[in-house]
Amino acid sequence: MKLWKSWVIATKDFSIFRNKKSVIYSVVLLPLLFSIGLPLTIGVSGSDNGSIPASALPPILNSFLFFFVILAASITTVIASYSLIGEKVQKSIEPLLATPTTDSEILLGKCFASFLPSIIAIYIGFIIFMTLIDQMTYNTLGYFFFPNWDMAVMMFAVTPLACLLSVELGVILSARVNDVRTAQQLGQLIIIPFFGIYILSEIGFITLHVNNLLIISAILLTVDLILFYISTLTFKREEILTNWK
Amino acid sequence: MIDAENLTRMFGDVKAVDNITFHVDKGEIFGFLGPNGAGKTTTVRMLCCLISKTAGEAHINGYDVSNEKDSLKIRKLIGLVPDNVGLYGELSAYKNLDFYGKLYECSESQRKENIKRLLGMLGIWDKRDVPVGTFSKGMKQKIAIARALIHDPEILFLDEPTVNLDPESSKIVRDFILELKKDNKTIFLNTHNLDEAQRICDKIGILNTKLKVIGTPKELEESLWGKKTVIQLEQVTDSILKTLDSLISRKIVLDKNRIIIDVVNPEIENPEIVNAVVGAGGHIQYVTELSPTLEDAYLKFVGKN
Repeated sequence: MKLWKSWVIATKDFSIFRNKKSVIYSVVLLPLLFSIGLPLTIGVSGSDNGSIPASALPPILNSFLFFFVILAASITTVIASYSLIGEKVQKSIEPLLATPTTDSEILLGKCFASFLPSIIAIYIGFIIFMTLIDQMTYNTLGYFFFPNWDMAVMMFAVTPLACLLSVELGVILSARVNDVRTAQQLGQLIIIPFFGIYILSEIGFITLHVNNLLIISAILLTVDLILFYISTLTFKREEILTNWK
Repeated sequence: MIDAENLTRMFGDVKAVDNITFHVDKGEIFGFLGPNGAGKTTTVRMLCCLISKTAGEAHINGYDVSNEKDSLKIRKLIGLVPDNVGLYGELSAYKNLDFYGKLYECSESQRKENIKRLLGMLGIWDKRDVPVGTFSKGMKQKIAIARALIHDPEILFLDEPTVNLDPESSKIVRDFILELKKDNKTIFLNTHNLDEAQRICDKIGILNTKLKVIGTPKELEESLWGKKTVIQLEQVTDSILKTLDSLISRKIVLDKNRIIIDVVNPEIENPEIVNAVVGAGGHIQYVTELSPTLEDAYLKFVGKN
């Protein structure tokens, strides 16, 4: 496998994304909104004046952090839809398949194209969020809440695995769906289980600490591996040209 | 250069391409004629290693299309212009071509040189930085052809390259194909434009799931019937017909005031026929040769006439 070819495909997609306003909005505005908006909620609720007791802050902050996982899955779906269904809509997949590029190189290129912008945007959002939260909660907590191990697992395990899940779902959806908007709408269903976890953490049913986050990561990894197998079966040139609807 | 032997492709129980055998030589323009659904695109896709064959053999430059390792070598050797141009509308003409140049493993200098040469030849160098989404169909088709040639392939597969183009754009594309022939490129042209095939193809195969016939345009035309002479008269009389009957043993057809006569050697026979008709009191308005057209051949072989 020639990785540089996958990179060429990914960079081509990046150039296309730059011209898509909806992609720009999703990748830039949403993480920015969350990374500033969530700390503002804490600020307005009054962590400094003691309205939120110090003992209640850690679970709230971890739950807020989990918003970024939901966001990562959601943004990746938007980009993956453009990357994969976009080729289908523009009917550019046949000339692409006619080049001396393997199916795996193309699939990997599409994964890079969907995964990298989302993860970079989310990480930037994480950093802004954590910096603001630390500034706003230092007086109440008496220490900087971030970085911590919960955040590390969330940032470096749960989030990339959630992004990967969206990419794989995008590949599988692209075999059956013919327009970008439908793919995005169907793809957004991916956030339901993540949102469920968020709600459970908010009502105190589960806590988002390291152990639970590692369990979530393990489940995600298993689902990712299964979907990866299905997506490689879906993304075969013969299948694409003869069976994709 | 391109060899297919008993090549077959089935989709479920349906035979899309049935047992076709043909050979295309280097530097030849081979036209694949057939109605919609005849299996032309399926054949091209098999030859370009995009889909597998169900049975038979196919080789491009000696490489087996069904062999995984050979397929990458084949894809380097060939260029494909599919029936849908499939360009990236948001990217400029230059960026579209540069992207494909990279995938075909051309060096940066080679890419620059080829893009400049191809866009120059097609008259769109000035628009190289304009997003192709804003281009007309004809211009997009030109970019698609340039894309297929970016790595200077030996063989070019063109699937309906002039479909939906206006006459002027079609002519530009046809002229460009003929220019490529001068460079000794082998061209496999899928079309149902008979006029186009007749004008530019060295050899034509008529396909309707099965390969019905193969030959040069002239061979296909002459395979229908031999030479015929048409004599248009002011009035056909019994004495003219009797005279011709006694002169010629072959078939004579009367169509209003036209007499159509099978001839073997028109240069010798036509003066004799004309003299006989004039001698029988006929007033000849004109004498012409009746030639079968490629359209006649096509309709006969695809079974529509």
